[in-house]
Amino acid sequence: MKVRFATLVAAAIATGMPAFAQELFFPSMVYRTGPFAASGIPLADGYADYFTMLNERDGGIGGVKIKLTECETSYNTEKGVECYEGFKGQKPLLIQPNSTGIAYQLIPKVEADGLTMLTPGLGRTSVKNGAVFRNTFNFPSNYWDGASIIIKHLLAENGDDLKGKKITLLYHNSAYGKEPIRTLEELSKKHGFEFNTLPVDSPGQEQKSQWLQIRRDRPDFVIMWGWGVMNSAAIQEAANVRYPMENIYGSWWSGSENDVRPAGDGANGYKSLNMHGANGDYPIFADVAKYVKDAGKAAGAGDQIGSIMYLRGVYEGALAHLAVLKAQADNNTKEVTPAMMRDALEGMEVTEEIMAGLGLPNFAPPFKATCENHGGDGYALIQQWDAKAGKWSAITDWIQSDLEVIDPLVKADSEAYAKEAGITPKC
Amino acid sequence: MNDDLLFFTEVTLAGLGSGALLALTALAFVLIYKATRVINLAVSEILMLGGYLFFTFAASLSLPWWGALPLAILGGGAVGAIVERGLIRPMLGESAISVFMVTVGLGSVLVGLVEAFWGTDPKSLPNFIANTPVFFGEAYVSRKILVAFIAATVVIGIFLILFRFWRGGVALRATASDQAAAYSCGINVPGVFSIAWIIGCATAAGAGVLLGAIGGISPVMGVFGLSALVVVIVGGLDSLLGALVGGLALGVIQAWVSSFLGGEYVSPITFGILILTLVIRPYGLFGTHEIERL
Repeated sequence: MKVRFATLVAAAIATGMPAFAQELFFPSMVYRTGPFAASGIPLADGYADYFTMLNERDGGIGGVKIKLTECETSYNTEKGVECYEGFKGQKPLLIQPNSTGIAYQLIPKVEADGLTMLTPGLGRTSVKNGAVFRNTFNFPSNYWDGASIIIKHLLAENGDDLKGKKITLLYHNSAYGKEPIRTLEELSKKHGFEFNTLPVDSPGQEQKSQWLQIRRDRPDFVIMWGWGVMNSAAIQEAANVRYPMENIYGSWWSGSENDVRPAGDGANGYKSLNMHGANGDYPIFADVAKYVKDAGKAAGAGDQIGSIMYLRGVYEGALAHLAVLKAQADNNTKEVTPAMMRDALEGMEVTEEIMAGLGLPNFAPPFKATCENHGGDGYALIQQWDAKAGKWSAITDWIQSDLEVIDPLVKADSEAYAKEAGITPKC
Repeated sequence: MNDDLLFFTEVTLAGLGSGALLALTALAFVLIYKATRVINLAVSEILMLGGYLFFTFAASLSLPWWGALPLAILGGGAVGAIVERGLIRPMLGESAISVFMVTVGLGSVLVGLVEAFWGTDPKSLPNFIANTPVFFGEAYVSRKILVAFIAATVVIGIFLILFRFWRGGVALRATASDQAAAYSCGINVPGVFSIAWIIGCATAAGAGVLLGAIGGISPVMGVFGLSALVVVIVGGLDSLLGALVGGLALGVIQAWVSSFLGGEYVSPITFGILILTLVIRPYGLFGTHEIERL
């Protein structure tokens, strides 16, 4: 018996253990259930399918297989923190919490545990200040960038003048929904537009009163910071009160197919932000089809491929992929640690050539991260829904946010956090 | 009419529309509680299921709305019959909290089944109510809300009449008053239980179709039932009139709060009313005094 046990241990050491040690471990915090599952499923599928494609096509990243483990959060902050506590001991290379509430809770934890977190287009905006938030990143854009980009677009559409215009923010009454208020208040002072807010309680099915107010006040534009069923309910209500759909601008979490399809033709012309392209025909999808979907290895039914939220999952996967490649190259090793990932993300520069090389040409804005700037250069685009064709189309090029307004806000908020948390900013 | 008064009128009318739907949903809670003393928390999810059944009949099977609507209502009733016979009747004699927890679990099971069969994406029901608004003088009302209000009011009115004069309604009231006495009078009490569940769940399914016609359907639409639960506690768990008055009042209060204080105050005020009622008048405004508190 002893001999057999010793043989097994030796065999494990000789074969299994090194292979296990060389896996690149990524947790995936998903919400395939719960009130926001309609967005969570394609997001999780896109992320998982991207890694499956890398494993099947390239044997992983740099020849090292990726191990992806999903943890269901149901978009619930407590469950998200439980997930984190469960996998942090396995030294995950990158944490993408996919929830603003969870991100807020994990910021101090990743700093304390020496792990690395990426919150593209979500979470706490001021983590852009890398001198304060050493282990958290939020490129390519953040909520305040998004709000500013909508205003810049409106300026361009209105002869560079918004004086006297009325803009109403209809927002999900949560930490996420309140994020753009400060920025829009600053921008209203700068550009002279009248700014009002209308909160909607979660989940946001009931909005009759808010849309009656909009019907009465007739704002020139409505900006919507909605999420989940709130988005489709708002678009439906807007159609009911005959508010011009082309004057509504959603955030990038209010701009998926699920948000507009329930309103049918009534949603035609609705616009939203996006931090990546909306076209589902990128060259990468030939490989996703060949190595994932047709091979029967898709994370879901395969029916979400190419949708906006699926593309977002792919984008999150691509950013993690690029970070691992950089970490491997910078450290001349295939075995990457969370600390190497942090350094790689801090020095990351994503160009159009790099994205095209991944099979995602004209997909995402170029950006460069630095020690001081963990949030990129603040670019996004505006997309518009064509109800007849049943698809989103980009109607602008990448627009950069008004950094003259955003950067001081980021500085003030991050410095206040540093003071509260006793952090000495360093770069 | 000046602008402020016009706006107040429009908000109030919208609130009455929502309130009628709340009352209809509350009626489902009351019908079941009145006969069986079970608080069926799964009413919210049966409401959701009604919306999905209508979607299946009207959109997937392309039936006309007047065919799909009764089928959805019958489907809700069938679910009620199965649940009563398969889950609730075997629990007879168990503690109220055990039966209550069965309905809580049933709600989660129904959400899971809906997600598995129909997916998690929000969907719209085929447009069987026109989108053109209706004006009372200058005051705007969404046609869908007006139709929902009329339908809900008519249904509640029919129920009030039936429970007063129909033999089955009298049997239900007798069972609610004293089960032993009802037995001794030859009333088929288990049959009354079944009828109450069938009618209650069918009513919830009908409310789901009306709610879905206004805002679309999704697996989270059962949240609406939470407000209806507030209605029945405020109105009285065993009072049909309480469901009607409570529903309309809460609908209007929520609309006023949302419009004049802000959407963020709707939940605190709604549940504040619930707490206040439980403290001051635990049996509700129109409820029977001997109701046990859970």
